[in-house]
Amino acid sequence: MSFTCPPTNSPFAASISLVDLVWGYCGILSLGHGAFFALGGYAMGMYLMRQIGTRGVYADPVLPDFMVFLNWKELPWFWQGFDMAWYAFLMVVLVPGVIAFLFGWLSFRSRVTGVYLSIITQALTYALLLAFFRNDMGFGGNNGLTDFKDILGFPIQAPGTRAVLFAASALMLALGFVVASAVVRSKLGKVLVAIRDAESRTGFIGYRVEHYKLFVWTLSAVMAGIAGALYVPQVGIINPSEFDPAASIEAVIWVAVGGRGTLIGPLIGAVAVNFGKTWFTGVLPEVWLYALGTLFVVVTLFLPRGIVGLWGRVVTRRAAPAKEVDGSGRQAGEAA
Amino acid sequence: MSFFRLFTIFFALIAGFQPALASRVADTDLSSRIAALGVGGFDDLEKAIANLAASGDDRVPAILDRLGNGELTVRKADGLVFFADKVGTDFRLTDPVTGVDAGLAPKATVEKVKVNNRIRRAIASAVGALTLMSPDPAVRRTAAEAVMKSADVTALPVLERAIAAETVADVRAAMVAARATALLASDAPEADKVTAIAAIADIGSRDALGFLSGYTSTDGAVGDAARKAVAAIESRLMLWDIGQNLWYGLSLGSVLLLAAIGLAITFGVMGVINMAHGEMVMLGAYATFTVQETIRTSWPQLFDYSLLIALPVAFLTAALAGILIERLVIRWLYGRPLETLLATWGVSLILQQAVRSLYGANNREVGNPSWMSGSFALGEIQITWTRLWIILFALAVFLALIALLKRTRLGLEMRAVTQNRQMAAAVGIRTPLVDALIFGLGSGVAGLAGVALSQIDNVSPNLGRGYIIDSFMVVVFGGVGNLWGTLVGALTLGVANKMLEPYAGAVLGKIILLLAIILFIQKRPRGLFALKGRAVEA
Repeated sequence: MSFTCPPTNSPFAASISLVDLVWGYCGILSLGHGAFFALGGYAMGMYLMRQIGTRGVYADPVLPDFMVFLNWKELPWFWQGFDMAWYAFLMVVLVPGVIAFLFGWLSFRSRVTGVYLSIITQALTYALLLAFFRNDMGFGGNNGLTDFKDILGFPIQAPGTRAVLFAASALMLALGFVVASAVVRSKLGKVLVAIRDAESRTGFIGYRVEHYKLFVWTLSAVMAGIAGALYVPQVGIINPSEFDPAASIEAVIWVAVGGRGTLIGPLIGAVAVNFGKTWFTGVLPEVWLYALGTLFVVVTLFLPRGIVGLWGRVVTRRAAPAKEVDGSGRQAGEAA
Repeated sequence: MSFFRLFTIFFALIAGFQPALASRVADTDLSSRIAALGVGGFDDLEKAIANLAASGDDRVPAILDRLGNGELTVRKADGLVFFADKVGTDFRLTDPVTGVDAGLAPKATVEKVKVNNRIRRAIASAVGALTLMSPDPAVRRTAAEAVMKSADVTALPVLERAIAAETVADVRAAMVAARATALLASDAPEADKVTAIAAIADIGSRDALGFLSGYTSTDGAVGDAARKAVAAIESRLMLWDIGQNLWYGLSLGSVLLLAAIGLAITFGVMGVINMAHGEMVMLGAYATFTVQETIRTSWPQLFDYSLLIALPVAFLTAALAGILIERLVIRWLYGRPLETLLATWGVSLILQQAVRSLYGANNREVGNPSWMSGSFALGEIQITWTRLWIILFALAVFLALIALLKRTRLGLEMRAVTQNRQMAAAVGIRTPLVDALIFGLGSGVAGLAGVALSQIDNVSPNLGRGYIIDSFMVVVFGGVGNLWGTLVGALTLGVANKMLEPYAGAVLGKIILLLAIILFIQKRPRGLFALKGRAVEA
């Protein structure tokens, strides 16, 4: 059973390495990246819904089952075009991207930082959660979108399709990794770290801080959207619970456990935490929340650089017993 | 109700009984009227019921009620009528007038007074007519209001008589209104109906509106008058609706204020994001539950005071939990707000699970003390006592905190630490102690909020989760480090939410508000009332 977990979560893990990109490298703690993940997932889900065609319970050639159930007569405008794969895939990128761009453009321009930004990202995903729960929004209400039949003409349940999807996820993960490390290694990446460590100072030197933040923020949202799109056909459902602020925070802890500010860390964290979750919820379900809660506390208190940082400390201990320095938040002067 | 009312009046007319406001007749008179119930067939019984009702005696409804239940019997030996309670195979007989026990009677010696549906209707109508003529003004008023709702044409003659006999002004007004509705439904001349519409329009209530809107599509003068009256009532009610929504908004705002004000203290003074704040509220609610359970089992006579006793308990429980969290977790993370956020989120998970293990995952029932139950009407605005008390409580907590901050030594030190931590430490304020006390205070206030919320929300381990995002919105909107900002923020958001609700629906209204706050933060990143000075410009 535990093996079903890593494959389906690998796209999620990929998106998480992007959370790390904005948090670990840029100092923006997003508590709403689950929203971009879910938006990408919904775009994919809409395409898959349109592919069902007449095989639905009500056998309507155009309308998905839940719309027939709600007595809708025609497809809402925002569902138009999702029968075409290229359009749907474009939307997977565009919808989270545009929303993240607008949100980031407004926030970074007016210098909303730190916990304020974290709180309003949480408010954003919460607002979307409430919105997608509404039946008359046209996204299937609390049931979400499910009962998918095939993708690009291949049956979605077939082992071959699943293998391809899994391979695509792995590929996407690798690609995300390559993009992220390219960003981190570039001059851009250095500026991001500078912003994380001393935002005002970086601005005074002459960098347009908000542009850098906006770029990395939007990039991470787009990749989260792609991850969501790969996740949905594998689990066979997308529903509003993906927008739950708790899910986004839980994802952040994967980064923290693995070690933020490293690109491999979030991967390790995601696999480790999910393995623990699968094991605990199977063996000792009551203990899982205790364990997860304790994990949050212990990692932030004792492992500010996560598993990767712990490994690094073991390696470098012989060389020099350097004091652990944590960059984020500890800026010059008062950290309010 | 209208069915009941119709027959009330109908049979009262057949009986032609006189309005009798005297509450009692002589026992012998009543006894002889009751004895008549036991003689003859259903026609005779019906007349006897009308005759009994005409006595106007206040014991009659109870007797008729028992007759309807088939609990009246005739003793075969002397033909007298008694209440009969079955004891084994025998019946215990009681005199209906005096209540004197007449001994046990074997089943064979008595005969039940049989009733059929016609008799039941006669009973119902007799009881109903008695209420319109009842000596108790409140009963008469209820009866009149019932006639008004049913707009019963056959009620007119009895109403006329009741109005003539009525001495209490507002009961009379209710009867006049009832007569107007009945008149409108009858085939009276048009001019009378127009007058009746004017009389109903004067009442201006929702019932009146509902009734009149049934006549707006009528032709001629009646229709015109009805349409005009409906428009007048609607515009009047719209103002009341605004008032009602304002009240709901204030109520929601006070709940938000209670939930957020503790957060405003910890967030404002220490810059600490406490994601476990909602769980402090939850702890307060569970403390209330525990106190109430203890009182229920050990000192039930104290139940009405259970909430007052729960206040200090909830405050101390939550404050202690808060201080523990501060000492064990948060103090290691000062200056790292994002890590604090994650660690306290972990604490909130642990607390939720701990409460779930201790109390179970289901909702727990916390009762309303008698002084908090019920409601009253202010014009067309319904005000429940619970909500009123919560608003007053929220304001009391707010004022107490303001006083604490402005008038005490601790408050002075807290303000100093808020404005400039390093300088405060430099002049000798023990900032770690102040931090722990502030955190205890903020958490304790959350515990107090839990006591209030236990009255209006489900007490479950997830109680706090529902409030945490709203609380953050309030604090961020109002401006950090400023209690007045929190007050304004909470009330604004509460009222805005409830004002949006009628137009956008509850969920959409909330979404609009969340997006509005997100946009507002862009304009004023530090909230409505921002602290000024170098300290906040890190």
